[in-house]
Amino acid sequence: MKRNGMIDWLLGPLTYGFMQRGLAASVMVGILCAVMGTYVVLRGMAFLGDAMSHAILPGIAIAYIFRGNLLIGAIVAAGVVAVGVGLFSRKGNLKEDTAIGILFAAALSLGVALISTMQTFAVDLSHILFGNVLGVSTGDLWLTAVLGAGILITVGLLYKQFLVISFDPVLAATLRLPAELLRYLMLLLLALTVVVSLQTVGVGLSSAMLVTPAATAYLLTRRLFPMMLVSALIGALSSVVGLYLSYYLNIVSGAAIVLTATMLFLIAFLWKRLKT
Amino acid sequence: MTHTPHRLEVINASIGYGERIVLRDISFQVPHGARVAVVGPNGAGKSTLFKALVGLLPMKSGRILIHGLELGLHKDCVAYVPQREEVDWKFPVTVTDVVMMGRYGKLGWFKRPSREDRAAVRESLEQMGVAPLEKKSIGELSGGQQQRVFLARALSQEPHILLMDEPFTGVDVTTQDATLNLLDTLRERQVTAIISTHDLNLASNRFDFILLLNKRVVAFGQPGEVMRQENLSRAFGNSLLVMGNGAMLVDECCPPDEEERHD
Repeated sequence: MKRNGMIDWLLGPLTYGFMQRGLAASVMVGILCAVMGTYVVLRGMAFLGDAMSHAILPGIAIAYIFRGNLLIGAIVAAGVVAVGVGLFSRKGNLKEDTAIGILFAAALSLGVALISTMQTFAVDLSHILFGNVLGVSTGDLWLTAVLGAGILITVGLLYKQFLVISFDPVLAATLRLPAELLRYLMLLLLALTVVVSLQTVGVGLSSAMLVTPAATAYLLTRRLFPMMLVSALIGALSSVVGLYLSYYLNIVSGAAIVLTATMLFLIAFLWKRLKT
Repeated sequence: MTHTPHRLEVINASIGYGERIVLRDISFQVPHGARVAVVGPNGAGKSTLFKALVGLLPMKSGRILIHGLELGLHKDCVAYVPQREEVDWKFPVTVTDVVMMGRYGKLGWFKRPSREDRAAVRESLEQMGVAPLEKKSIGELSGGQQQRVFLARALSQEPHILLMDEPFTGVDVTTQDATLNLLDTLRERQVTAIISTHDLNLASNRFDFILLLNKRVVAFGQPGEVMRQENLSRAFGNSLLVMGNGAMLVDECCPPDEEERHD
């Protein structure tokens, strides 16, 4: 009887189609963010990831206003942002974080300005900022899956190159790797990841999904590839646990997912402390 | 004119960061398999020269030729051993991972390391005496061990030209010996080695050529020709102390070059 209760508890939410889609989307996003997050953590791009998620907002708003596909609006914005940040952060006149800060704030303001012209301002904004995992359509799910597979395959194929440009730019130069091009590509992958994560955790929390699982994995592993795997596992687990918490406790799913990831980080941190 | 092409020719090269030129109009030629010490005061442009040789800094003017071809036309024939403070020691890579990176140039873009590559890595690790540490993270090693790992990587790269920035500064005797032994091995393999150092004794005794540098080439040639008082005082200025018996001291030690910290 008790076992049945547990199974019911787990399967109950999945009797709804929107919960199934939500769970599938969350897990995919959890994995994607966690894998790209390893580069974010190791290359110190946390601020950049945050900026990127906010800078995508205008693209979403425009798609919203014209009743287009939000993901496609975000993808276009992400491409613009990736190139923009790449251009700003080249040996230019401004420090990188200053340039990002300006771009970040301007895009966020533009996004909010656009959204504020809509009648359903409050609801729409909260969906965009914190995600709307229960509103994932089958089409969204497919787009997420295709984009996600593309990102993971690219990361797999360019594993060596990304490792070298992240760890040792001088070696990258002696090996004649097109470091600049690879850096842009990494920014683009990061931007696409952020786009994909918007539906589940939203603009406001996607940078947490990039950083927190990867930081947890960094504490637990000593090589890049295991770090990616552990990070992906933590990302997926946080998504599943978070979604159930959100269902039963009736809290916003994005927040529940991020808080679960944070709990796992704290556990890993304490464990590491106790061990040394 | 038929002569064996020099391994490395630097012809009227000016190199710098952004608007600032650090090295002005430098020229020298290093023959096949020679061992060159780069000596000069702090800020003389030693690290800048190395950065240009690996292709990390564009040249303002002049040319750098390797085997008679422009820099960049050879893939992977220059290996660089970084100074310790240039490396992110907290990055999650093991000793084997780092040495395997030396093989990446030969591997091709989408190939995984073959048995041959693993054997080359293994051999390099053993030669530098760090094979027992292969599974350790680089952050767990002592300073000397860390340097030997990067020497092993340079070895696994099978370069034609090896560049080392201050490998004798602040390392233990084992590592210094391992470095000097490596230089002998490289000489057998006809690898040209270009090494910056503050140790004038070592430069005089263990090297074929000395490049005395201070923003430009003060002198280049065999140690006996270069290590003269007029050259040294031109390079080191007031830091050179000449004793009554003709002995010379350079009153300066080894903080890393300043000029490389600006990018």
